[in-house]
Amino acid sequence: MNTPYRCRPAQILSHVVLLFLAFLFLFPFYVMIVTSIRSPQELFVREFRWLPQQFTGLQYYIQAVTDIPALTFLKNGVIVSGGILFVQLLTAIPCAYALAKFQFRGRDLLFAVVLFSLTVPIQAPALPLFLGLSAIGAIDTYFAAMAPFFLSVFAIFLFRQTFRSYPDEIIQAARMDGMSEWAILWTIVVPGCLPSIAAFSVFSVVAHWNDLYWPMVVIRSTELMTPPLGLAVFADSESGANYGALMAMAAILTAPLMVGFLLAQRHFIRGITMTGVK
Amino acid sequence: MPADLTQSSGMVRPVRMGAIMSPWIAYCLATPAILLLALTVIGPIIVMIALSFTNYEFGSLGIQWTGLENYRQLLDDRTFKRALWNTFAYVAMVAPASVLLGLFLAVLIDGLRHGQRFYRLVFFLPVTATVVAMAMVWKYLLHGTIGPFNLLLQSLGLPSLDIFGNRDLALAGLAAINIWSLAGFNMVLFAAGLTGVPEDIYDAAAMDGMESSLDRFLNVTLPLLGPTMLFVVVTSTITAFKVFDTVAVITRGGPRGSTDILLYTTYLEGFSYFRMGSAAAMTVVFLTIMMIFAWIQARVLDHKVHY
Repeated sequence: MNTPYRCRPAQILSHVVLLFLAFLFLFPFYVMIVTSIRSPQELFVREFRWLPQQFTGLQYYIQAVTDIPALTFLKNGVIVSGGILFVQLLTAIPCAYALAKFQFRGRDLLFAVVLFSLTVPIQAPALPLFLGLSAIGAIDTYFAAMAPFFLSVFAIFLFRQTFRSYPDEIIQAARMDGMSEWAILWTIVVPGCLPSIAAFSVFSVVAHWNDLYWPMVVIRSTELMTPPLGLAVFADSESGANYGALMAMAAILTAPLMVGFLLAQRHFIRGITMTGVK
Repeated sequence: MPADLTQSSGMVRPVRMGAIMSPWIAYCLATPAILLLALTVIGPIIVMIALSFTNYEFGSLGIQWTGLENYRQLLDDRTFKRALWNTFAYVAMVAPASVLLGLFLAVLIDGLRHGQRFYRLVFFLPVTATVVAMAMVWKYLLHGTIGPFNLLLQSLGLPSLDIFGNRDLALAGLAAINIWSLAGFNMVLFAAGLTGVPEDIYDAAAMDGMESSLDRFLNVTLPLLGPTMLFVVVTSTITAFKVFDTVAVITRGGPRGSTDILLYTTYLEGFSYFRMGSAAAMTVVFLTIMMIFAWIQARVLDHKVHY
């Protein structure tokens, strides 16, 4: 395997270029970490230093979880993105199963509406959703933060594809045994399609953990803020002076997804790029 | 290669086992989703379009049908036109740069004998990071006086730049963040396209006298990546078009309106000034442009199947 286009100098040159770009790509992460452990005085020294001159420990991290409710934001992130995912799976899986394995009047119309809705971003129905939620007095609740995302047309679309390739013979055999459709779906078909459900789960959690737009519209009180909203509001109130605490907080709120990514790279890459690939 | 959207159109459908079941079970299974679809997508969009023909303001009691008045006002609205212009300028910076950088990374990494996994990991990292958190980091990084970027410039004897405080640079600064966070995403899509290019073709090309790797890239790799390329361009365009987070937390449309973009202006109109009617008209413009992109995307996907 010594094809001419893979000769040594070219390999070395590629590594040099890629290492340089990798350095640029990682630089913001480096700045985030190093700033979060610098001493306050050092932040305003007008000279860039690669390492903190004196180690101040985790004072900013302690500040982020005591003075600023970073842990509350994390909890809200888990509740909101977890709640959304739970309802999405509960509603999209049966619908996708019906679309994939049944024939019924209106099926093609339903699928056409699903395909259309795939292209609609949250900003399109946002105004009426806000008016509706405020009419029922639900503004500034977890429900308001989650409700617009309870149905994922993307999940329906994806699971329909997956379920279509699930063998009909197995379903038919289970029916012969007298199992209900509901039981067949959740105890036989779903366990057989876990990879695709896992990929969607990563996609959904990443999307809603990171979303700023909708929480900004419906959430007012600090106790209910999701990580991006909490961070944005905190940065604002500090008027940008306390960069150490801000960076510590940014690190804490990005950490769950980063750790997840480093532990399950393949799942993450598959899940996140799924919208692009499919 | 990635699975395709339009599989069903070209294939003979097998007889569905479900066909022999009574259809009411299917309706039961689909009902919750249909209700939610009506309540959270279709219904609100119809209401939103209707609102765009009214002068409704949140909190006020009156509502009047004003026909196309909102749209006529948008044509004269300098803020709106500037936002539209800024959005397109932003897309024109982010889409080509993130596509080319993604392609460059994918091709370079694909040719490596060692370290492919490491580089993919590094370049994909910004894709996973929370945009708002990284926006804070970038804001500090490019800060006019204490930002590390400026300290580096100064140590090299160059004048410092206050990127987000400068009317001519702020939009480009935001674009740089998006390019950084989108390139790794595009890299993965291109990498998937590259695995579909067989090794033999390169050997054949070498025998045909294509000596330089640039020749091989232009004459062999690029044409074979054509369908992926079209797709990545459209996807990146849509992503860039929907920019909101960085504007909302870094510049808030400033300095002096130079980073006003469509979604942010619409957000302010609807949820800060509560002028629902004109915000709805802006949303209709936004949605129309999105639909055009989506239509192109569907065409591109069709194209990909026949390729």
